[in-house]
Amino acid sequence: MSDVLLDIKNLKTHFYTETGHVTAVNGVSFNVKKGEIVGVVGESGCGKSVMSQTILRLFEEGTVEYEGEINFNGRNLLKLNKRQINKVRGNDISMIFQDPLSTLNPVHTVGRQIAESIILHQNASKKEAEEKAIELLRLVGIPSPEKRAKEYPHNLSGGMRQRAMIAVALACRPKLLIADEPTTALDVTIQAQILDLMNNLNEELDMGIIFITHDLGVVADLCSRVVVMYLGEIVEEASIEELFDRPLHPYTQGLIKSIPQLDGDRSAMLHTIEGTVPPLTRVPKGCRFAARCPFADEKCVASAPPVTEYTATQKVKCWHFEKILKNQEGIADVHTYS
Amino acid sequence: MENIGSTLTLSEARKKLKKEQQQLLKKRFFSNYSMVIGLVIVIFLMLLSFVGPYLTSYGPLDLEVNNRLQAPNADHLLGTDNFGRDLLTRIVYGARASISVGLSIAIITSIIGLAIGLYASYYKRLDQILMRICDGLMAIPGILLAIALMAALGPKVENVIIALSIVFTPYVARIVRSAALVVREQTYIEAMKAQGASSTRIIWLHVAPNVLSPLIVQATFIFADSIITEAALSFLGAGIPAPAPSWGNILYDGKLVIFNAWWMTVFPGLLIIIAVIGLNSMGDGLRDIMDPHYKKVTKKRSKAVKGKEEVA
Repeated sequence: MSDVLLDIKNLKTHFYTETGHVTAVNGVSFNVKKGEIVGVVGESGCGKSVMSQTILRLFEEGTVEYEGEINFNGRNLLKLNKRQINKVRGNDISMIFQDPLSTLNPVHTVGRQIAESIILHQNASKKEAEEKAIELLRLVGIPSPEKRAKEYPHNLSGGMRQRAMIAVALACRPKLLIADEPTTALDVTIQAQILDLMNNLNEELDMGIIFITHDLGVVADLCSRVVVMYLGEIVEEASIEELFDRPLHPYTQGLIKSIPQLDGDRSAMLHTIEGTVPPLTRVPKGCRFAARCPFADEKCVASAPPVTEYTATQKVKCWHFEKILKNQEGIADVHTYS
Repeated sequence: MENIGSTLTLSEARKKLKKEQQQLLKKRFFSNYSMVIGLVIVIFLMLLSFVGPYLTSYGPLDLEVNNRLQAPNADHLLGTDNFGRDLLTRIVYGARASISVGLSIAIITSIIGLAIGLYASYYKRLDQILMRICDGLMAIPGILLAIALMAALGPKVENVIIALSIVFTPYVARIVRSAALVVREQTYIEAMKAQGASSTRIIWLHVAPNVLSPLIVQATFIFADSIITEAALSFLGAGIPAPAPSWGNILYDGKLVIFNAWWMTVFPGLLIIIAVIGLNSMGDGLRDIMDPHYKKVTKKRSKAVKGKEEVA
């Protein structure tokens, strides 16, 4: 087992808004090891993006309050001052965003923007930085990088822009890359290319990746471990095999069942998880998933379940996971998806 | 596409493309009538104010007491004023004063307004302070504020520039702030933050270039506005001090003899009108060119349906 790169302990993110106090991330704990790809899944509004931005403390100071620990290489990121966190950002931890069409500044050339990160963190001259930028563009698989570096973002296609954005993020060889739904805005073929690229980069540069997505297919393809989030909490954490073979949390089960099957019955309705995510201002008292859970009883409504370690790599936050497990063995294998 | 064909044809194709792009840009520029008209007028005024003084045969303060209040004639193309000074010469020198005052105000307000707008958009608390000050300044009618400031500072060309800069800076700051607020929320700014760029760097290197086009447009309007306001100030006696010519001063002198010497009010007045129309239409044109979302462009295109068909 390689050593731990990022260790998040009981992380909470509070927002103070006009409508009241909101805890968007509530007691999240997980870790990322060196060179490991960890997937974070969950439906919209479950706190995935907030969590990822909390790691880099990207929210405006004063409107937000953090609690817990984010240990990165032995340092608690939440305790760093402004200048120290600026040194970590981009240099040790980088981030790529969801929408490649708006993550590059339209007024600067692509090469200039990659060089910017290098100039920020390394004592490189402008010329050196620009040469490095071309190298990076080559690394992420952009053809004729010398030419592309001189072009503006609007000259590039969506897939190329996402590659360029990855180049920006990789500029200083970060140890951890946070990818916040990097393929959501791209079509499937480009998506596959970007995923391949990330896989290769992960092997080549030995960097840890937190891959945030709501696409379980992508997770199955790329990640070795998965964290399932619901309403600001981690409801299940498992290795990829365990998650698809033996999901313990009803929410995870629901997610896996909701994946449309190519060879499935077309006339049948797709599986859905009933109800919607409640707003964060009205969080249920007991188990947060209780209102939508087919297994819920009084116990679930009354008190929140503890996190149980089922195996060394699989943790679940549910009162009834054993019952669910038994139930599952009866039904045909859910794991038809690969 | 690039792999097909030899390199020779490729470079040729690129040249052709570049040429086409240039032509398209030219077409777009010249189809923008207000821009062309405005630019012609502005260039004319610039020439008038910077080259004109060398071409006149009189000085702006040369008195010819015998030739007072002469109507336009061969010696004095636009006539003379009540001290016998050549009106054309005074208008040309006045153009220099008006244009240079207007230009300096446009530049100063742009720089200060840009800084205020950018910082206000970036820091919420600073925003409250700066924008309330701007609101306060904007609440007072511009000319009144300018007169008050001139009274406090004393009549001098530099003071006119200072006073009018104070009057017009809030308008620039507002525009910059509203544009910067939009840019600030863009993902690329957050991405830069995630790359570890400092606030100062983000503000000046990444937000500022994105708000330049509304700023430039606003600056041309400020240019026009300050020419009018400066003329008004001089007309009221609170602007550029007396013997030095400015359009407002000439109008002020002309007011006294308006029934005897029409030329003294008509010509400088005409020039003010031309200057303001020119600058405003250039500002309109610039906005059309720089802001691709601005609706007026499509309206104009429908007028030239033929051109549209060609493009399609």
